[in-house]
Amino acid sequence: MTVKELLGTLDLEPLTEDTNLEGQIEAGYVSDLLSDVIANAPENSVWITVQRHINILGVAKLKNIAAIVTPRSLAVELAVIEKAKAEGIALLRSDRSAFEVAGRLYGVLMKEAR
Amino acid sequence: MIEPCVSSAEPRFQLDYPINESDFLAAGESASKTKKALQQLGLKPEVVKNSAIIVYEAAMNIVIHATSGRLKVIIVRDEVVIRAEDTGPGIPDIELAMQEGYSTAPHEIREMGFGAGMGLANMKHCSDELIVESEPGVGTILEARIHLGQKESPREIR
Repeated sequence: MTVKELLGTLDLEPLTEDTNLEGQIEAGYVSDLLSDVIANAPENSVWITVQRHINILGVAKLKNIAAIVTPRSLAVELAVIEKAKAEGIALLRSDRSAFEVAGRLYGVLMKEAR
Repeated sequence: MIEPCVSSAEPRFQLDYPINESDFLAAGESASKTKKALQQLGLKPEVVKNSAIIVYEAAMNIVIHATSGRLKVIIVRDEVVIRAEDTGPGIPDIELAMQEGYSTAPHEIREMGFGAGMGLANMKHCSDELIVESEPGVGTILEARIHLGQKESPREIR
């Protein structure tokens, strides 16, 4: 599915507006440890993390992560949003917890895989 | 200290990045640039992925622990060689540092999601050969080698 389709399905707020809305999503990953993401996140995934500093963009780029989801309506600095736009990575935000976002995402992706 | 890998053969390809203390962005970019350059050379996706991970982890180690360093990515013969050299505190017990979960990173670094003690273990996992030499109070040299595989060789060799 595309990032755009995910936005509607999971009720996410696109902080980076129309950045990478056509990006393909095939999997998801949840982790706040960058080395764990670097080692284990699948390509073309959505990454759910509470980390919001600029280094998450480097990790996302390296792993071809299409979108990063910030849970619990946490604040994201404008500089990070602007950098994400420049790098072509979608920053999305949810008012739900990481657990809830991951649960919904898993359901949607599994349904699509069937 | 480890002999430079380029001593016995001319490299076919070389990238060289200075990495400085606390410069997270330059470190991240060195990995992205490596990935792009190796992709353009037509290397196997697995080799590209592993090389980028090693560069990222090695660069982050320099940023977090050292005062300054250099990172080189070289293709010599049938290998990608990633060599990281730094000036810094060194690693007193390399065997201990190689253990997954062992870390000396400060609290604020861990809060950012770094310093989980996974870096060296990740690098080992991604390389065919990993050598670490260190002198406490002086610095560390790390060299990782990744075999290119049988069929893949760079498209453009200069």
